[in-house]
Amino acid sequence: MSTIERLPLTHDAIPDDRRHIYDADPVLTARDIGISFGRVIGLDGVSLDLYKGEVLAVIGDNGAGKSTLIKCLTGAYLPDSGAIHLEGKRVHFRRPQDARDAGIETVYQQLAVIPALDIASNLYLGREERRSGILGSVFRMLDKGGMEKRAGQSVQDLGIQTIQNMSQAVETLSGGQRQAVAVARAAAFGSKVVVLDEPTAALGVKESGMVLQMVKQLRDSGLAVILISHNMPHVWEVADRIHIQRLGGCAGVITPTSHDMGEGVAIMTGAKTVEDAA
Amino acid sequence: MSSTSTTSAAAEFSRRRQTPLQQVQHQLHGRPWLSPLFLLLVAFVAFFISTPTFLTPSSMGILLQQTAVVAALAVGQTLIILTAGIDLSVGAVMVLSMMVMASLAQDGGMPGLLALIIGVAFATIAGLLNGILVTRINLPPFIVTLGTLSIFTAIALLYSGGASIQASHLPRLLNVLGEGFGIGAFRLTWGIVVVVLIYAVMAFVLSQTAWGRYVYAVGDDAESARLSGVPSRRILLGVYTVAGLIYGIAAWILIGRAGAATPNAIPDANLASITAVVIGGTSLFGGRGRLIGTLIGALIVQTFAFGLSQLGVDQQWRVLATGVLVIIAVAIDQWIRKVKA
Ligand SMILES: Nc1ncnc2c1ncn2[C@@H]1O[C@H](COP(=O)(O)OP(=O)(O)OP(=O)(O)O)[C@@H](O)[C@H]1O
Ligand SMILES: [Mg+2]
Repeated sequence: MSTIERLPLTHDAIPDDRRHIYDADPVLTARDIGISFGRVIGLDGVSLDLYKGEVLAVIGDNGAGKSTLIKCLTGAYLPDSGAIHLEGKRVHFRRPQDARDAGIETVYQQLAVIPALDIASNLYLGREERRSGILGSVFRMLDKGGMEKRAGQSVQDLGIQTIQNMSQAVETLSGGQRQAVAVARAAAFGSKVVVLDEPTAALGVKESGMVLQMVKQLRDSGLAVILISHNMPHVWEVADRIHIQRLGGCAGVITPTSHDMGEGVAIMTGAKTVEDAA
Repeated sequence: MSSTSTTSAAAEFSRRRQTPLQQVQHQLHGRPWLSPLFLLLVAFVAFFISTPTFLTPSSMGILLQQTAVVAALAVGQTLIILTAGIDLSVGAVMVLSMMVMASLAQDGGMPGLLALIIGVAFATIAGLLNGILVTRINLPPFIVTLGTLSIFTAIALLYSGGASIQASHLPRLLNVLGEGFGIGAFRLTWGIVVVVLIYAVMAFVLSQTAWGRYVYAVGDDAESARLSGVPSRRILLGVYTVAGLIYGIAAWILIGRAGAATPNAIPDANLASITAVVIGGTSLFGGRGRLIGTLIGALIVQTFAFGLSQLGVDQQWRVLATGVLVIIAVAIDQWIRKVKA
């Protein structure tokens, strides 16, 4: 079905038990994505392939274009050039809602939660459920009780214990708890791709561990996960492949077995190239 | 999750003892209309003790009639302030709408119903225009409505030639909201009934529908709302348009109340409506507030004005009292916003 040529994979750097992931066509492909903000070049022709059931980590220095890249993939920014395909079909996301409707959920770096609304309202923001019958169809009445119950259920299913009372306003939560809300929303609703931009930045050791556990769960359930992180041990723990972003471009794609953390960081900072390090 | 050993730090934290003041702050945070309600009750008790004629059925009827128009305008103003905007053109839109419907229907020129519909449509389009300028040209609401305040006022004056149109020259439909019914000496007008309906409908929309939730979300954090899939611009456009529609209905109420269509009726409509919203506990920073608070706020403003005038207090002192109320209300809002879990 797909006519897009795959980017090359270094198969010998992928463990045998994970290799089957790469038999199918990529679920999401981006080719030559470019965007500039006035005179600042945000992305300079970046390509990536994302496969079902894999965790693709994106690493890079501050300002390397990691957030910009995923914003282009998820409809938050409209790229100036390039093409994005989801399951082989060309997509043009004009708003984040378009990407969500297509099955891509994102936790943005700035979290995108609404402080004044409660946790359940935040989880269901943009996909509210209405009451059944005439109250819902004619009077457009929200099913608040139902949404609150299901929100509590999905938070519990994800094993997030740090948020408990679904009717609590998000502004009364700590930074880490807010992050948990944002991650829970993406995990609960992502059906094809889940994108996490530094989801553990504000979390404690235990909570970070939970998010990593959740990432593995999502991957095992057949979703594709993009994980941006500055925490190299986390990346080397969960990633199948690592996309290294540098100065608005892609400096290469490695795997936790092809390169170690030191080499990854060296490529990230431009001290080495992928070939030197291999 | 039955284990007690895994109780999170968060749950531990929330069970910490709070001082009484913190508890008050916490309650107000959840129910921002509590403090204005308290203020209203205090005002009632104070005027009841000091003025024998205050808490009588006929006085109460007059108080409600005086509150009706500003209370209606304040609904539109609340919607806009909830989105972190402000509308300085409320009064101008209402007057324009009023002069249009009255001129069209004057001396049987046009059937009352048609004139009413065109007049309300004018207000709605005026609101839509504000919305377009805010969302498409990305101008701050303060600037947009400051500009349209002058524009709509000028159009209303040019159109009407600055002349009033007395009720006797207008069809009954345009005056009917000034009529009413009495329960003893307590007289309610149809205008008051319409205002109550507007509040009921909009309170439902704000608290029970997705659209209402989006209004709060856009006002609280527009960019996060957009990233969360809220169609921010469409919501904003809708808010300004609905506000315009409500100002058109307020124009209809005003004709009945004033017994005429006058270009300079209620010159302080802008400030009165903003004052009602702010005293009612809605935050000027957006995303926080309840319509019931606005209703209480409008009643407070009128209660002070009415009560002080019955006490024979000078007009200037009444204005001063309103100013003090506004500053206290905003100070309380700032304090509430600093709430900790
Ligand atoms: N909306 C914007 N307007 C202007 N410049 C932008 C915008 N978004 C990103 N940029 C620029 O694009 C470049 C890449 O930024 P980006 O946020 O993608 O970096 P990042 O890799 O996510 O960094 P960090 O690790 O700090 O999150 C930076 O130079 C930034 O200033
Ligand atoms: Mg970033």
